[in-house]
Amino acid sequence: MNINRFVAVFKARNIEFFRDRAALSWNLIFPVLLLVGFSFIFSGDGRATFKIGVIDLPTQSAPFLQIKHIEFVNYQKLEQAQLKLSQHSIDLLIDFSEHRYWVNEQSANSYLVEKIFLATQSGFQRLVMQGKQIRYVDWVLPGILAMNMMFSSLFGVGYVIVRYRKNSVLKRLKATPLSAFEFISAQVLSRLFIVMFMSSVVYIGCNFLFHFYMLGSYFNLLLVGLLGSFCLICLGLLIASRSKSEELVGGLLNLISWPMMMLSGVWFSLEGAPSWLKTAAEFLPLTHIVTAARQIITEGATLSQISYHLTVLSIMSAVFLLAGSYLFSWNTER
Amino acid sequence: MSQVIRVEQLVKRYADLMAVDGISFSINQGCCFGLLGPNGAGKTTTIEMMEGIIPVTSGNIFYDDQPLNNNTSQHIGIQFQHTALQDFLTVQETLTLFASFYHKVMDINELISVCDLGDFLTRDNRLLSGGQRQRLLLALALINDPDIIFLDEPTTGLDPQARRNFWQLIKNIKQRNKTIILTTHYMDEAEQLCDEVAIMNNGKIIEQGVPQALLRQHFQAVFIYLPREQVADVLIAQNSWQILGDRVEILSENVEQTLAMLMSQHVSLTGLHVNSANLDDLFLKLTGHSIRD
Repeated sequence: MNINRFVAVFKARNIEFFRDRAALSWNLIFPVLLLVGFSFIFSGDGRATFKIGVIDLPTQSAPFLQIKHIEFVNYQKLEQAQLKLSQHSIDLLIDFSEHRYWVNEQSANSYLVEKIFLATQSGFQRLVMQGKQIRYVDWVLPGILAMNMMFSSLFGVGYVIVRYRKNSVLKRLKATPLSAFEFISAQVLSRLFIVMFMSSVVYIGCNFLFHFYMLGSYFNLLLVGLLGSFCLICLGLLIASRSKSEELVGGLLNLISWPMMMLSGVWFSLEGAPSWLKTAAEFLPLTHIVTAARQIITEGATLSQISYHLTVLSIMSAVFLLAGSYLFSWNTER
Repeated sequence: MSQVIRVEQLVKRYADLMAVDGISFSINQGCCFGLLGPNGAGKTTTIEMMEGIIPVTSGNIFYDDQPLNNNTSQHIGIQFQHTALQDFLTVQETLTLFASFYHKVMDINELISVCDLGDFLTRDNRLLSGGQRQRLLLALALINDPDIIFLDEPTTGLDPQARRNFWQLIKNIKQRNKTIILTTHYMDEAEQLCDEVAIMNNGKIIEQGVPQALLRQHFQAVFIYLPREQVADVLIAQNSWQILGDRVEILSENVEQTLAMLMSQHVSLTGLHVNSANLDDLFLKLTGHSIRD
C-alpha cells in the first residue's frame, strides 16, 4: 500500500464527483424533496380520538374508563409508556393503583384530556413530562437518509467501476504500478466521504426547516451512518467486481436496491408484517441501518442497545468486502 | 547496442481464435521497432502481453534478461489504442494523478513542453481534440521517464497535420535514446519512424528487418509512371507494360536506361512520376492482399 497513490486516486475521485453538477444536485435535491413532500402529506393529525395510556389496564375498573371517544392503551412498563407520552403518541398516562398521572405540557391534546380526566376523578398526584411530538417526518428521516446513502453507495461505486472497466480507464490504471488494493480502497473511502458529507449536508440543512426530533447521540448516529454506508459500498463493489456490462450491473443493482427500499422499513414500520417478511428483511443491510438509526433518534438508544444491528452490519461488510476483492478483476481481456 | 527486450515463442489463444501464434523477436536499446499489419493481425495482443496487461498462453518475455515481473511497470511507458481518461479531471490533474503512481517521475514542466500540452492544461479531458488527447496520452506514457515506450496505433484517427506533428514528437523522443515499440497499420508511418519492422499477419511474423533493406531485398525495380496518351500503344505492347487507368506503369530495374530508351523513342516525359516500392507494396507481395483489405 503506497499512501501517495492512494491519496491521489482518492482526490481524483472526489474531484470527479463534486464537478459532476448533475449528479451532485440530484444527491442533494432528491432526499430534500422526499422529506418536504412527506411532511406536507402527513402534516395533519389523522387520529379521531384521544389516546390515554393506562398501566395494567385489564385489572382497572375506574369510572373514567367508561368515557366515550377515548382509546385506552394498556402498558405493562412505565418507562415505555412515559416515552410514548413524551413523543405525543399518547395524550395522558394514568397509573390507577398508585393514584398518579402524567401530563405532557408541550401537547395541546394532553391539556384537554387532563381537564376531562379531572372532571371525573380526583385525588391523583399530577406529574409532568416534557417532550416534543414525533412527527412522521422525524420517523421517516433516517429511512430517507439511509435510502439515499444506499443509492449513492451502490451506484456510485458499482456503476462507476463498471464504466471504468468498460471504457478502459481500469486498463490504463493497471498498466501503472497502482495496485488493485490501492485503487479499491481509494474508491471505497472516497465514496464513504462523499456519502457522509452529502447526508450531513441534507440533515443539517433540513434541520433548519423541520427541527428534527433527536433523543440519542449524534456521534452514535454518525457511527451507524459510517458503518452502514461502508457495508453498502462493499456490496456495490461485490456486484461490480467482474462485469463489463453496464446494463447487467445496472439491473443487478436495481434488483438489490428495490427490495431494500420497500422492505427495510424506510416508509412504514414492519411491526405488523408477516413473520417471513420480517425474516427476509433481516438479510437486508438497509433494515439494520434504518432500525438502528431510528432507535437512536426516537428512543435515544445507546450503542449497546443497537449492538445487534452493528454486529450484523460488520459481518455483512466483511463478507461483501472479502468476496468482492477475491472476485475483483481489472478485466482487461476482450 | 545491447538487447533490451527478447520475446520467445509467444502464443495467445482465445477459445475461438489463435491471436498470436508463436512469434519471437528481440529489440535493441534505442531502436524504434514497428509491428505492422492489418487490423486483427495480433499486434495489439502481442504488445499487451509484453506490457503484462494480458496473460500469455505460452512463451517468454524478457526485459534486460529478466522475465516480465511486477516491477516492470515502473520502467515502461504505455499508450493504449483506446483509453478513456477520468471525466471531469483537467489535463494538469490527470498528469498529477499519474505522476503519483511512480517512484521516478519526469519533470512535469519538461513533459508539458515535450508533448506540447501548454495550451490546454486546464481543460477538462472530455473537451480535448483528437490530437490533444493523443498528446496527453503520450505524456502519460512518458511520465515515469521510461526507457521503453509502447505506442499502440498512436496516430489512428488523426488528421494529416496532427499525424505529422505527432511523428515529430516521436522523433524527438527517439533522440533521447529511448526504445520505442510501435504498432501501426500505416506503412508510411513505419517508414518515417521505424528502424526495424516486423510484419504480422494472422498472428505470425511473416517478415522482419530494416525497412529499406527489406524493400531492396524484395524489390529490385522502381515504378515509373507516364500519362497514358504520351506513350504509343505499340511501345506498351512491345514491353508488356501495365496500363493503370490513365497512366502507364513501367517496371524498371535501371532508371537511367529506361529513361534513355524512352527519350530515344521520342516519348514526352512531361508528367513523369517515379515511385520506389514501399511497405504497402511489400505487404501486398508477401500476403497477396493489400493491408487495407
